[in-house]
Amino acid sequence: MSTAHDVWDRLETLPDYGLVALFILAIWLLLSLFAALVGGPQAPNLAAGFVSSVTVLIGAFALLTLALNLQWGYTGLFNIGVAGFMAVGAYTTAILTAPTNPAAGAVPGLGLPLGIGLLGGMVMAAIVGALAALPALRLRADYLAIVTVALSEIIRLFVNWNGVAQLAVAGVEFGTGGATGISFTSPSGIVAGVVNGPFSPLVAAAESLGVSGPNVVNFVYGLTLLALVVASYWVLSRLVNSPFGRVLKAIREDEQVTQSLGKDTRLFKIKAFMIGCALMGLAGALFRGSAGYISPAQFRPGITFYVFAALIIGGSGSNTGSILGAATFSALLFYLPARLGEFFPNIGGQAPGNVVDAVAALGALDVSPLVAYTIANISTLRFVLIGVVLIYIIQRRPLGLLGHRNEPAASVDLRRPAAADGGEPRDARRASSARGSDGGGDDE
Amino acid sequence: MGLTESVSNRRQLPAGLSGVSVVVAVLVYLVVDLAVKLTGTTVLAFGFHVIGGSLSVGSLLSMVIDGLLVGLAVGLAGIGLSMTYSILDFANFAHGDTVTAGAFLGWVAAYVVAGLGSGAAFADLFLFDTGQQLSVISAFLPVLIGLVVAGGGTVGVVLLVDRLTYRPMRGSDNISLLIASIGVALALRYLIAFVFGTQTSGVASSGARLQLIPGLAVTDNEIALLVVSVGLMLGVHLLLQRTKLGKAMRAMADNEDLARVTGIPTERVIRLTWVLGGALAGIGGYLLVLESGTISFNFGWILLLLIFAAVIVGGIGSIYGAMAGGVLIGLVDSLALIWLPSGLTRAAAFAVLIAVLLLNPSGLFSGVSTA
Amino acid sequence: MSEPEAVGAAVGADSDVPTTSDAIDAPLLEVDGLRKEFGGVTAVDGASFRVAPGSFTGLIGPNGAGKSTTFNCITGIHEPTGGTVRFDGQDVTGLAPFTLAQQGLVRTFQIARELSEMTVLENVMLAPPGQTGESALRAVLPGLRKQVREAERDIVEDAWETLEFFQIDHLAHENAGSLSGGQRKLLEMARVLSTDPEMVLLDEPLAGVNPTLEEKLLDRIDELRRDGLTFLLVEHDMDIIMRHCEHIIVMHQGQVLAEGDAETIQSDERVLEAYLGGDV
Repeated sequence: MSTAHDVWDRLETLPDYGLVALFILAIWLLLSLFAALVGGPQAPNLAAGFVSSVTVLIGAFALLTLALNLQWGYTGLFNIGVAGFMAVGAYTTAILTAPTNPAAGAVPGLGLPLGIGLLGGMVMAAIVGALAALPALRLRADYLAIVTVALSEIIRLFVNWNGVAQLAVAGVEFGTGGATGISFTSPSGIVAGVVNGPFSPLVAAAESLGVSGPNVVNFVYGLTLLALVVASYWVLSRLVNSPFGRVLKAIREDEQVTQSLGKDTRLFKIKAFMIGCALMGLAGALFRGSAGYISPAQFRPGITFYVFAALIIGGSGSNTGSILGAATFSALLFYLPARLGEFFPNIGGQAPGNVVDAVAALGALDVSPLVAYTIANISTLRFVLIGVVLIYIIQRRPLGLLGHRNEPAASVDLRRPAAADGGEPRDARRASSARGSDGGGDDE
Repeated sequence: MGLTESVSNRRQLPAGLSGVSVVVAVLVYLVVDLAVKLTGTTVLAFGFHVIGGSLSVGSLLSMVIDGLLVGLAVGLAGIGLSMTYSILDFANFAHGDTVTAGAFLGWVAAYVVAGLGSGAAFADLFLFDTGQQLSVISAFLPVLIGLVVAGGGTVGVVLLVDRLTYRPMRGSDNISLLIASIGVALALRYLIAFVFGTQTSGVASSGARLQLIPGLAVTDNEIALLVVSVGLMLGVHLLLQRTKLGKAMRAMADNEDLARVTGIPTERVIRLTWVLGGALAGIGGYLLVLESGTISFNFGWILLLLIFAAVIVGGIGSIYGAMAGGVLIGLVDSLALIWLPSGLTRAAAFAVLIAVLLLNPSGLFSGVSTA
Repeated sequence: MSEPEAVGAAVGADSDVPTTSDAIDAPLLEVDGLRKEFGGVTAVDGASFRVAPGSFTGLIGPNGAGKSTTFNCITGIHEPTGGTVRFDGQDVTGLAPFTLAQQGLVRTFQIARELSEMTVLENVMLAPPGQTGESALRAVLPGLRKQVREAERDIVEDAWETLEFFQIDHLAHENAGSLSGGQRKLLEMARVLSTDPEMVLLDEPLAGVNPTLEEKLLDRIDELRRDGLTFLLVEHDMDIIMRHCEHIIVMHQGQVLAEGDAETIQSDERVLEAYLGGDV
């Protein structure tokens, strides 16, 4: 496999944004080729559908993975309640933006603009994160994991409860919609408005190539999410490449030592946790709620493990790795296998309806029913694949793609300062030289 | 946790005390409220419902029995989780799917045996498609065979999983093992889905009812669950107290520092941990399906948090704790209906889990020596 | 005679060096009746002593005397079962380690606890207190980040100097986990001295360090003492203790057995017996 290693080493010399762009372009190319292979005359639209759906997935998972990387990769906080914080963000956004007098039978809301709703969602997720963190952050990692997943389930059961489906407080009506869910301002609808409005010539051009309008909208939505990923990456990079980030890494390594050096680790942990939860809340609203509808069933704990898989594939501790991991996971493990199952041509006849018949054919040395059954059920098998990949990585390559990188947390260049031979003090820089002799080197 | 506890743990005492007093206050209120409810009186103050309500003894007993039964099965399943947590030192997130695997193995066996000679296609039997519902009374032998297969089959599954996943990682830190177990959970669950599909199948229903008091009856399946659970717990108790291997396990579970000092547990103890834990998990799953009547590919996963609750409440590493914790959590899950709407009763059990982890992570029965 | 010896000799047998703690008024650190029990074991059983500001005090005793536990109780790692600890006149008994460190009381660990996945340079840069970039907002917002970067440049420079002094600058970009035992000890010291402390508790800092560097470190400690730092040292190397510490405290079985200068301690029979294993 050394050629693969060589290729990878070459790729790593690219600047980070180049590496990520290359990854995503490669994924788009792969899916387009697949569409060309199986789509026939529909190929362009099929390709557009694939590319746009996977871009949305990559954007959403990248946001979640970056958030989890801050909490777990940098600060060592093992949060598997991601679904719960997504729910808090999504439901807050929904309640804030649902129309005040909706269609019959629908749950009313506060009717505020989506921007305010999303902001409110992030703030609320951060607040819930802080409330959870205050008592729980002192727990060791695996206990914190259990508390976070228990909390996530309590949140889901709460929004599912019909007791809060519709309330009236001080004359204002709002609610969670209970088990049937709630409709609100659709984020992708807003994007559609922009695309079909000022940018309609582009849509027309796309349609002339055989690509449907909705696919164009979906693609633009995916690009919007990617833009948010870039913005989050910018903020998070600055956050972790600083003394603040240094303390976070130190906390993950050895909290007691960090405290012995005078840092109030509790405060740092709470801040990191809150920022991560806010980002998860945003992802919850924009991913699960992209069509303007959410329900409790969309926030089961399972998604946390997919985000963890993405994080570990990319290499925990590296923000760029998080994005790469999210892209790899969502495209290659999550999206593509399901499409393979749908579109792969049937091999000689119908796939058997159940596994017994498929296996029974082995007795007659006929593998094709089993193969056909497998392909027909690849959608289920991809989760087996995800599980196996997770095990493989944690056993053999625990650093993932980019975890081996040494990314020291500092805001400035760390090379040895020039002329640091204890000579003349540099005037403007000598802030604290109260100690007489400069105590340094062996050049006395 | 010994002398190397993290600093912040000692800060928990002041918060712990006020937390504990809150919990005690809540418990006192609930007990008083229960008593008042049984008398059928309601106390109002300023138009607010302060305490009381109505609750018949029959309903209360029925809830207690439900909670007890589910709790026994959960406790049985929890023993394995508790043991791996303590002896292999990691939280096994694949345990719920182990329970599911055992249930499927057992019920396929029971169904196939029950359907032998009935002319049904093997495929239909394998996938619970014949519409037949088994009960202890009507299909005693198949159910019994299923029980044995559930236990034995799960042992095979967990030993294989250990060989492939955990043994190559022996000695890794507990978070890596936890993450690996997440991978195992996904792989196991969706293999089961691949083979059996994602639908929920009805496989059992009660064959006979025994009226205890007016308004309260138990079914044959429920009695079977009770008998098997209690019997197995007794068996485990005898194993721990009377055999050499059992004593070694108790020593390791009772005294974690001693276990750490004496070094890595031997492969023999590890194998016994998996065998015992796996068998009980499989049987627990089998019994849970017997009682509820339905089986689906992710029912164990859904139960996992409840099993964790049982183990943590009872104290990690304590086998008796797992049993007691299971019963306790089962009762909480069931009796919560007296005060909470049905959509939130499960949340009550999770709240208990969180409270225990925050206030006293070593559980209610920790430090209770089993010697 | 080299400087440290001169210091030791000059301050040594002189009468104005207190031979018992009680004679120290205005102590920087005051431990009174300290007790620590773990389950059934009493590790520290009523230890009392004082440390004068600017002094270089040694804490010795046979294995199991309770020295490390005393350190842990003073620095907030353990909460004492009884007794008080006063630092700079204030009661700090049982306060959290970070509070004590912020007040200027820091310690090194006997088994060096380097932050192994971080570089040596990062380890040292972690230590200085009150870094403006430790605020999340300041690290991110454009205008404020500029200030953070400027402050960090100073920190980087100071860190390189510190590493150069301790002769581990060639390892600056290595992960701390790849250092040898002696190098880790040096990193511990470099790190703790970068916190700009008032008093440093050193828990066997010189094990595995070569003699030349050892002398250099002790020189440095003396320099820092002239700047006002106070040191409390636990060491098994009696030579160092006797030669450099003007005040020595001997612990045995959780209590303070004897105190005084090197001569006093060396001629105290009880100390000899304690080390030979007898009960006093």
